[in-house]
Amino acid sequence: MTHDFTGLRAAITGGTSGLGLALVEELLARGARVAFVARTGPAVEQVSIDHPGAHGIVGDVSDVHQIHPIALQILGALGGLDVLVNNASSLGPVPLALLADTECEDLERALATNVLGPFRLTKALLGSLASSARQGRGAVVLNVSSDAAITPYPRWGAYGASKAALHHLSRIWNEELMADGVRVLSVDPGDMDTPMHAAAVPDADRSELKRPAAAARELADALAAAIQATAIAPATNEA
Amino acid sequence: MRAASRPIQRPIDAKLLVVDRRGRVSHRNRVDFVQALRPGDLVIANDAATLPASLCGRHLPTRRAIEVRLAGRDSLAPHSVHRFTAVLFGDGDFRTRTEDRPLPPVVTPGDRLRLGPLQATITDLLWNHPRLVRLEFEGSSREIWEGLAAHGRPIQYAHVPTAIAVWDTWTRIAGPPVAFEPPSAGFVIDWNALRLMTTRGIRFATLTHAAGISSTGDPQLDARLPFDEPYEIPSRTARLIASARDDGARIVAIGTTVVRALEHAATFPGSVRVGEGLANQRIGPHTRLRIVDAILSGTHEPGTSHYELLRAFVDGRTLGRMDRALVAHGYRTHEFGDSILVERRATGRTSVVQRIDDGANRGADGDPTEHANRPGDREAFGIVRAAETPAPHVAAPRADPCADEQAVPDRIPLAAPDHRL
Repeated sequence: MTHDFTGLRAAITGGTSGLGLALVEELLARGARVAFVARTGPAVEQVSIDHPGAHGIVGDVSDVHQIHPIALQILGALGGLDVLVNNASSLGPVPLALLADTECEDLERALATNVLGPFRLTKALLGSLASSARQGRGAVVLNVSSDAAITPYPRWGAYGASKAALHHLSRIWNEELMADGVRVLSVDPGDMDTPMHAAAVPDADRSELKRPAAAARELADALAAAIQATAIAPATNEA
Repeated sequence: MRAASRPIQRPIDAKLLVVDRRGRVSHRNRVDFVQALRPGDLVIANDAATLPASLCGRHLPTRRAIEVRLAGRDSLAPHSVHRFTAVLFGDGDFRTRTEDRPLPPVVTPGDRLRLGPLQATITDLLWNHPRLVRLEFEGSSREIWEGLAAHGRPIQYAHVPTAIAVWDTWTRIAGPPVAFEPPSAGFVIDWNALRLMTTRGIRFATLTHAAGISSTGDPQLDARLPFDEPYEIPSRTARLIASARDDGARIVAIGTTVVRALEHAATFPGSVRVGEGLANQRIGPHTRLRIVDAILSGTHEPGTSHYELLRAFVDGRTLGRMDRALVAHGYRTHEFGDSILVERRATGRTSVVQRIDDGANRGADGDPTEHANRPGDREAFGIVRAAETPAPHVAAPRADPCADEQAVPDRIPLAAPDHRL
């Protein structure tokens, strides 16, 4: 069953390729109002042209100075926010490298994109999300995780460590924000046929990989369930 | 008072002066402000995020430098970002005090401005004033948001010597980016404070109010502050207000903007209209508060519109005591300064006699020369005069909640009437 997202206001980072683009399309198809963020102007332009309902924003979540300009444009476009999907990710070193061969700068980049970026953007948008929760609309942050957050795969050190941090951040935040009616999900979409996977595993058999559109449908269903849960039990301090 | 000159929203040593309903003054550490509230209180804050509303650029007809400070909008709708009211400044930036800034080039309707990536046209001069205009941005609303995000800087003043960033101006609960300056009373709130409120049985709700600019440096314009400000009240907030009223619970406004919105939306007897409105009233000693019982606010200098608003809560003698205590205890002022929590005087309803007393107190209380030439003074004294000769309709409940305030002379709506919601 497909859940109707009419009126839902959603923002997606890394929205011009792979899972992010599939999510833009999936949420638009379900009736949501969507803003998406990506680093390259021409790609944002192209996705905006292909998807006239979507609001494209050029920005890099790994850059501290771009967080508030991004948040401002998201809120400017949508007027508020019910769903934030932190999807933009960095692999760290490409090609993947043993941890001992990983440059510090590559680890820093992975942490900046996969941990600090989602943390900062969520913080900047938390007032809006909590406001949605108070008004009974439901509010959800979905952080895109990975099995590499749990399993110690060799050569996935920068990525795995950063996703592990994001996963744990999500779990703690979910506990803390329960009182404000905001859910924070950490979801592993599985191995997908995306540009990022191709960069990590160039010789993968693509036919064995999940289509991003299929993963996007699963994530949208997870969102729908979480929204329903928060919308039914809105803010607690109504006492 | 000393100006707070560092952009720290919740300094660990911030102070809170409390004026209770009997006019008694006490002091607390502001981090403990939730302890100064009472179980059952309904706390209402302004969740507006702040726009980077200062735009530097060129006045194309003269090629001269200009700073545009966006100062008003008719609506909060995200896509109506083409037309703004704005105050113009000449060359320079926040490091020069607003009153010392060079005048902007002389503008006429039709003049074009280039403001970084944004282009705008002056469409009207307002109030015949060379620095107050309506302007219209070119392009799509997406391009305007992009331009504001890329080029706009938060409005700031010389008392904070370093350039502040947008994040310095967003409260923890900031949501819709519609304020032109931060609703800074809300800096006191963090997520932990919301937890403490829940624990203490204090309820919390928000509204959105497009807080306007606090100073232009021009006495004529400053006398008219605050400009008209759109606001929106969610249905849950209105519901909580109604139930707080039923329970006899206090309604505590975080900041002057919340007072202005709630009192503008007040309907007889003591509930508020849900949805969008345009607050165009001025709150002062003549105002009978219908909704708000207490205000948590920054400290304000006599003569400013923020200070005048406090006269709706307490009489001049109490304010005088408060002022002396603020100075004696070294409170800091301005948006990153210390705070006050003022409860409405116990008498509740303001009688005509008491209003006259307040007007008289004001003169007797402070040194009148101290107020001379301060921004806001002209209007302040105008209000006192109005209060001294109250028209009969002021005391009577009216169907139109703004009737009292609209009777104050010199109010010219900033927004075109057809845009009023």
